Amino acid sequence: MKFDTPAGQNPIDRLKVVGQPLDRIDGKFKTTGTAPYAYERHDVAANQAYGYVLGAGIAKGRVRGIDTEAAGKAPGVVAIVTTLDMPKLGLGRMNAANLFGGAEIQHYHQAIAVVVAETFEQARAAAFLIKVDYVRAAGQFDLAAVAASAKPVPGDSGEGSGGGGEDRTGDFEGAFAAAAVRFDETYTTPDESHAMMEPHATIAAWEGEKLTLWTSNQMIAWTKGSIAKILGLPADAIRVDSPYIGGGFGGKLFVRSDAVVAALAAKAAGRPVKVALTRPLIANNTTHRPATIQRIRIGATKDGTITAIAHESTSGNLPQGKPETAVDQTKLLYAGANRLTAMKLAHLDLPEGNSMRAPGEAPGLMALEIAMDEMAEALGMDPVAFRVRNDTQVDPGHPERPFSHRNLVGCLELGAKTFGWDRRNPKPGQVRDGRWLVGIGMAAGFRNNLLMKSGARVRLGRDGVVTVETDMTDIGTGSYTIIAQTAAEMMGLPLDRVVVRLGDSDFPVSAGSGGQFGANNATAGVYAACVKLREAVAQRLGFNSADAVFEDGAVRSGNRTEALAQAASEGELVAEDSIAYGDLAKKQQQSTFAGHFVEVGVDVDTAEIRVRRMLAVCAAGRILNPKSARSQVIGAMTMGVGAALMEELAVDTKRGFFVNHDLAGYEVPVHADIPHQEVIFLDEVDPQSSPMKAKGVGELGICGVGAAVANAVYNATGVRVRDYPITLDKLLERMPDAA
Amino acid sequence: MKSFTYERPGTPAEAAAAVSRTPNAKFIAGGTNLLDLMKLQIETPTHLVDVNGLGLDTIEPTPEGGLRVGALVRNTDLAADARVRRDYAVLSRALLAGASGQLRNKATTAGNLLQRTRCPYFYDTAQACNKRQPGSGCSALDGVSRQLAVIGASETCIATHPGDMAVAMRVLDATVETIDAKGTARAIPIAAFHRLAGDRPEVDTTLKPGELITAVTLPKPLGGAHIYRKVRDRASYAYALVSVAAVVQADGSGRVAFGGVAHKPWRVEAAEAEMTRGAKAVTARAFDGAKPTRDNAYKLKLAERTLGAALTEARA
Repeated sequence: MKFDTPAGQNPIDRLKVVGQPLDRIDGKFKTTGTAPYAYERHDVAANQAYGYVLGAGIAKGRVRGIDTEAAGKAPGVVAIVTTLDMPKLGLGRMNAANLFGGAEIQHYHQAIAVVVAETFEQARAAAFLIKVDYVRAAGQFDLAAVAASAKPVPGDSGEGSGGGGEDRTGDFEGAFAAAAVRFDETYTTPDESHAMMEPHATIAAWEGEKLTLWTSNQMIAWTKGSIAKILGLPADAIRVDSPYIGGGFGGKLFVRSDAVVAALAAKAAGRPVKVALTRPLIANNTTHRPATIQRIRIGATKDGTITAIAHESTSGNLPQGKPETAVDQTKLLYAGANRLTAMKLAHLDLPEGNSMRAPGEAPGLMALEIAMDEMAEALGMDPVAFRVRNDTQVDPGHPERPFSHRNLVGCLELGAKTFGWDRRNPKPGQVRDGRWLVGIGMAAGFRNNLLMKSGARVRLGRDGVVTVETDMTDIGTGSYTIIAQTAAEMMGLPLDRVVVRLGDSDFPVSAGSGGQFGANNATAGVYAACVKLREAVAQRLGFNSADAVFEDGAVRSGNRTEALAQAASEGELVAEDSIAYGDLAKKQQQSTFAGHFVEVGVDVDTAEIRVRRMLAVCAAGRILNPKSARSQVIGAMTMGVGAALMEELAVDTKRGFFVNHDLAGYEVPVHADIPHQEVIFLDEVDPQSSPMKAKGVGELGICGVGAAVANAVYNATGVRVRDYPITLDKLLERMPDAA
Repeated sequence: MKSFTYERPGTPAEAAAAVSRTPNAKFIAGGTNLLDLMKLQIETPTHLVDVNGLGLDTIEPTPEGGLRVGALVRNTDLAADARVRRDYAVLSRALLAGASGQLRNKATTAGNLLQRTRCPYFYDTAQACNKRQPGSGCSALDGVSRQLAVIGASETCIATHPGDMAVAMRVLDATVETIDAKGTARAIPIAAFHRLAGDRPEVDTTLKPGELITAVTLPKPLGGAHIYRKVRDRASYAYALVSVAAVVQADGSGRVAFGGVAHKPWRVEAAEAEMTRGAKAVTARAFDGAKPTRDNAYKLKLAERTLGAALTEARA
């Protein structure tokens, strides 16, 4: 189905199933241990052996030799494959560092060997017996130190959140110089780890030259294509299956070493091999969100109208890597006739930086939305009013492009009212509650809505059950449920008459999970397939499909009603289609919007920061399932608190690696850090986005949260911290006297 | 994890004898630290002597009016004991500030004293660490050191003792009771139990090889206000950046020990003479001679302000 005109009335608008706050249909499997994750697929292949990955102990250089003699004789060892056994393997989609093969070490904990044994413990013990002879090379590991050498670069996050290197509208420098009020500050954000619960894991099995990977990956078709390229196999020789995923956050968008070495190890062992990356490997062996240095300049008239805005970001990566697109939202979020956005990329020899939940916008808004708070203060304006003053209904760089639907102002105003913003004391450091200095802060949230082709197959069985098959993934987001809701709504069935099967590369290619594009696109693909199935049903039952009403398990037209199952009485009906997009998103800008409000307490003595209240008001088109969407947003808000207050991969700039490579050292919020969180969705639809009229919401929830926390800390203490995470050591020297 | 042999002896003396006579043997109790370290091959014992069956799990009053806490009393039980909560609240509060409920259910009193540092370089076997591999060097000295020691450190090691319980025991002047392979008992004042790194950072305590902790004795109650204040980046399940264990009397005198700042719980008795003059005076004395890194210099200010908070709380 080609979607090239705005959606009109369609069966989804009935909202009998779609739009309802329904429980996850896979919830009972998750809570009873019957939703197996990749490493637990004990039944899919007999005689599985265990692989253990050895990571390089240097950050840069080469491997001169690997002595596996002792390891090979260790109890239970079946096979050992080392990186010297083969030339450097090619890069998969969006990989910046090679995943295996050859002598070159590009980053710390790059995979250099896999040991296969009868048990995990035997494989691990043998791996410790491997002796590696390294030749170390000097590298660049300190972003601040190499920032001056960074080069201008165009960027694309790989999730469609693209942007050019430098983008100009009007005369920024002239307008900034002439502005009545000028603001110029620099912010930094650190490297962050996805830190999902389920590690990267794969079971690989060969049947002749055919390879099956039971893995944990967000993007099935990308994985299939990347494995084909890396291992030099025809794509039709590969099957990838990933029905349950214990979190990804972008860390599982692209093929990682677990899948590659599992395939190599299974070949060498002559039997299926399972591999999970151990927790200490994940920080340095896989990808991370790159650190940024961001300079923001804003010029405005005295009444708070922005006349000039510039956002420049520098990040680092391996030579094949991309920049963090932290300036993207600044092209679209606020009005202003004179604009400059630019990105620079420096060469770093740290592990590769890549997408993490809301790449670009998440760190970009952490900077921009502090700057807006600072500028509001400089203007003597309320921060909400300043943002409302500079709202735009068109793409400010291309005023002929309106937003498809934009109600940022609605988010901010409803948020302010609900949160009690009018009780905020604009003078910082004034509110005390026992030992706590209390402050509130806000920020705008913004993330683009991305359109991706997405396919599905639907089957109507003789029993009247509709089965949906698509390679779409559920990374904990609720894909199973919203896809079932879509099919149920389209076919006029209750939810329990729909079966959803996901994550198998034998199914039609979907949008996959990433860039908050999964929900809208994957359900739109199911919509398209269901439209075809409805036609087939109508034809089989002798109805005109345009008149047929699918409702309550039956099909009705005029005075005649037939059971839906009747259409399959002589055999299963199967329909397959995909949603493909025309140029609607070119003509109009599709984005999602939020207002984030946060109250914090800062300990008057120790400067410990604890969040006390949070609210997000989101405008993201139709909300397909308010319950699972709320879960997405509160999870993202939690991640935003982590980014604001504690998450940081600590770089050893001498040795070139992230030292805090476990979950004791890399701190994410625990339950005690997260207070009551409130989420409000504005009741809206966006007919430009798809027949579902929905947009993404899973990443919107993190966008802006960090700055709202930062602004609340400033309001509480009067101490402005521009380097994330905002830890107490950055406040302590400037804290007001405790007495 | 390297393969190891395992035994369950019948008495504490047999346990001590078993570890003494077997090269590279270790005791195991709750296993909450040792097993993790074995999986990473930071600890590689070839023989484990399981002491869990030895009793040693009761809390009894002493003739001196204190409490004798068996080595195998679990952290959860010690923190919840009514006598501890009433008379040694600083200890109960310190225990509850540590780890998680699940870990406290397993972790023992003796094992808690013996937990090893959480320095990230100690945890990465590809990196130099004198504590893990004597003579290999210290990566932390010029590496990432925000969590690490500011005082009492040496040129060989800037690791911290990561625990909370021992900080409270230090302020209470507890005594560690042990038995050796010959069945000889000895009592080690807690002040002399943990070592500074010196030139032997691999040796955390003054225990002799094979010596088994049987109990920790608390002297008779001190009275006063008992405060344990643990400062960290998140609200739970994190090691202290700085912690303060304080017992403050009505006249403002008192005792204080600091956690998260040194290779051992840090208490300078001479500094306690300044308690009535306030936190700044106490910490100036207690941290005299501190040598922080650029990353952890904030701990000095933090220690002062945290003690200030504790004194405020004691007065409230």
